[in-house]
Amino acid sequence: MTTVTQEAGAPFGAAPPPADGAGESAIVTEGLTKRFRGGQVAVNALDLAVPRGSVFGFLGPNGSGKTTTIRMLLGLVTPTAGTHSVLGLPATQALPRVGALVEGPAFYPYLSGTANLLRFDAADPTAPRTTARRRVAEALERVGLSAAAGKRYRNYSLGMRQRLAIAAALLGPRELLILDEPTNGLDPQGTREVRALVKEIAADGTTVFVSSHLLAEVEQMCTHAAIMRTGTLVAQGTIASLSGGLATRVRIETPDTADAARVLGTFGLADVRSEAGQVTAELGGHAPERINAALVEEGVAVRGLAVLRPSLEDVFVGLTGEGFDVDG
Amino acid sequence: MSTVDTSTSPGAGSGVRAGEARRTPGLVPVAETLETTERHARPETPTPPVPSARERWAFWRLLGSELGLTFRRPRNLAMLAVIACVPVIIGVTLRIVGGQGGMGGIIADVAGNSLMLTFFALSFLVLLMMPVAVTVVAGDSVAGEAGAGTLRYLLAAPAGRTRLLLVKYLNAAIYAYAVTAVVALSALLTGLVLFPAGPVTLLSGTTITMAEGLLRILIAVGYVGAGMAALAAIGLALSTFTEVSIGAIAGTIVLVIVCQVLRAIPELDSITPYLLPTWFTNFDAVLRAPVDFGALREGLVAFGAYIALFGSIAWARFSGKDITS
Ligand SMILES: Nc1ncnc2c1ncn2[C@@H]1O[C@H](COP(=O)(O)OP(=O)(O)OP(=O)(O)O)[C@@H](O)[C@H]1O
Ligand SMILES: [Mg+2]
Repeated sequence: MTTVTQEAGAPFGAAPPPADGAGESAIVTEGLTKRFRGGQVAVNALDLAVPRGSVFGFLGPNGSGKTTTIRMLLGLVTPTAGTHSVLGLPATQALPRVGALVEGPAFYPYLSGTANLLRFDAADPTAPRTTARRRVAEALERVGLSAAAGKRYRNYSLGMRQRLAIAAALLGPRELLILDEPTNGLDPQGTREVRALVKEIAADGTTVFVSSHLLAEVEQMCTHAAIMRTGTLVAQGTIASLSGGLATRVRIETPDTADAARVLGTFGLADVRSEAGQVTAELGGHAPERINAALVEEGVAVRGLAVLRPSLEDVFVGLTGEGFDVDG
Repeated sequence: MSTVDTSTSPGAGSGVRAGEARRTPGLVPVAETLETTERHARPETPTPPVPSARERWAFWRLLGSELGLTFRRPRNLAMLAVIACVPVIIGVTLRIVGGQGGMGGIIADVAGNSLMLTFFALSFLVLLMMPVAVTVVAGDSVAGEAGAGTLRYLLAAPAGRTRLLLVKYLNAAIYAYAVTAVVALSALLTGLVLFPAGPVTLLSGTTITMAEGLLRILIAVGYVGAGMAALAAIGLALSTFTEVSIGAIAGTIVLVIVCQVLRAIPELDSITPYLLPTWFTNFDAVLRAPVDFGALREGLVAFGAYIALFGSIAWARFSGKDITS
């Protein structure tokens, strides 16, 4: 229950949150509700708290209200009830410091990548005109689009479009990035690059709020997560706390299972299980490399050693029900 | 550091440990103590979050960007080009007809002086062609962005709804003036090439100098441009109601045509003053001697009323609209 922000930043060596509004959450919503005309409740009494400096995964099956929540945060959709603040500021005042990708890319097909970004930069009243070209070039560089900067958007591939949308979110100095399914349509390299980019951005101290239904992705790049189901928040917390019921395990592949089990026992590891050719146990707080050293010292033939982190998928499926069927 | 986090977000962070019950919001007992220790640990008081400062010329930069889009877009340029051709065609036709002799009335007027073609071209094009061009830009302004999805990114930038709407309107109004100016310039050049220059004989028979004739063309352009800008307000208002720009465009054009039809029905004379197109042709007041400023003023008041009414409708709709495109 202590320092959430510190914990959040730790994996990427994040800088402490900026001086202004330090200690605030990047996003706070209280009872946020959206009922669309026609009675569809897309988001129901959402209490979200995104710590500064975190990489926050916003999970949920299709139609669970992720995009609608993001639209409300960006002031595109008026909530039916509830309040929200972004970077400690009410409503839309923080938006110049927020980069956003909402429900896929959208650009002017007859303009080049550069011209498109200049257009959106011009729309931001706080963006200095004098640095616009430099910032646009940097943003394009960052997403690996420099070579296609002069190409018309019409001729961009799906992945290039997605990258351009991410570049648009990186046009200024951002304290918060809101990315709605940023890896949609990207090839495996692109997906990895986006993940690396998110980590890099987070390392600068920027809070990243990323919606996704790809659990592995969230698990790999997020420090925190919230899980939605048909408009309702079913869980939020650090990744560790969400999958807290399931301990991290270590798996040793070896023909000498008995010896290996004995060595693990000397470390005091709980729940040691021997199977054909491998031994697994709860890792607890132990360093896997020390276990490996001890095994080798004892003459155990180690063919492989793996740390098995608990999967978010089990938690997710447990909380959101059967598979990924669309509810309501 | 995380005092606010913990008090607002008991579910977040390490709070949800295995076996530990999830807490309900607002029931975090340690928050107070943490807050106190944090204050001691951090001597510098956190400054309250402030909105980012605005750049000085930001509004004009956005307007410039908007104008750049409008005046570089092939469709809009093509409309200007087509409109520029019409006075040329009219001029050449009148020249040929005039050359055969036996001409009368307006044809004689136009063929008699290089400036008269401008007034003739304006009175012809203002009925439908100019309104169509203006409507295409105005009707597309918001609906087009909504349909393409760029509206959500503009607003998230954040362009600001009122600011964006104002930029969109100014852009459409400037295009309206561009359309009018193109007609006048094209007609003027054609007239100068095809017909004799010199003093202008007005409808009333009075003759004015060519310089004064040019001044009166300028007044006519100002007046007709204002009328087209009033039409742009209608297009913009309809544009805020849909994500399909063709709907807003067609709606506005149908409105113009219906008005023209109603005007032609003598029994409906009582309502014609309320119809916008009625006032478009009032620019012929500049052909009286002296200029009938009363008629121009009346028209401008009507245009102002239309701009105020439909501007308000557009704003009321757009400022509260859910952007779900
Ligand atoms: N404009 C609208 N009018 C009515 N209902 C809507 C509207 N937009 C969204 N909804 C409904 O709100 C619910 C949540 O939609 P939302 O787009 O937020 O889901 P999502 O979590 O982003 O899904 P996905 O993973 O597919 O992107 C859905 O049931 C959807 O049908
Ligand atoms: Mg979505």
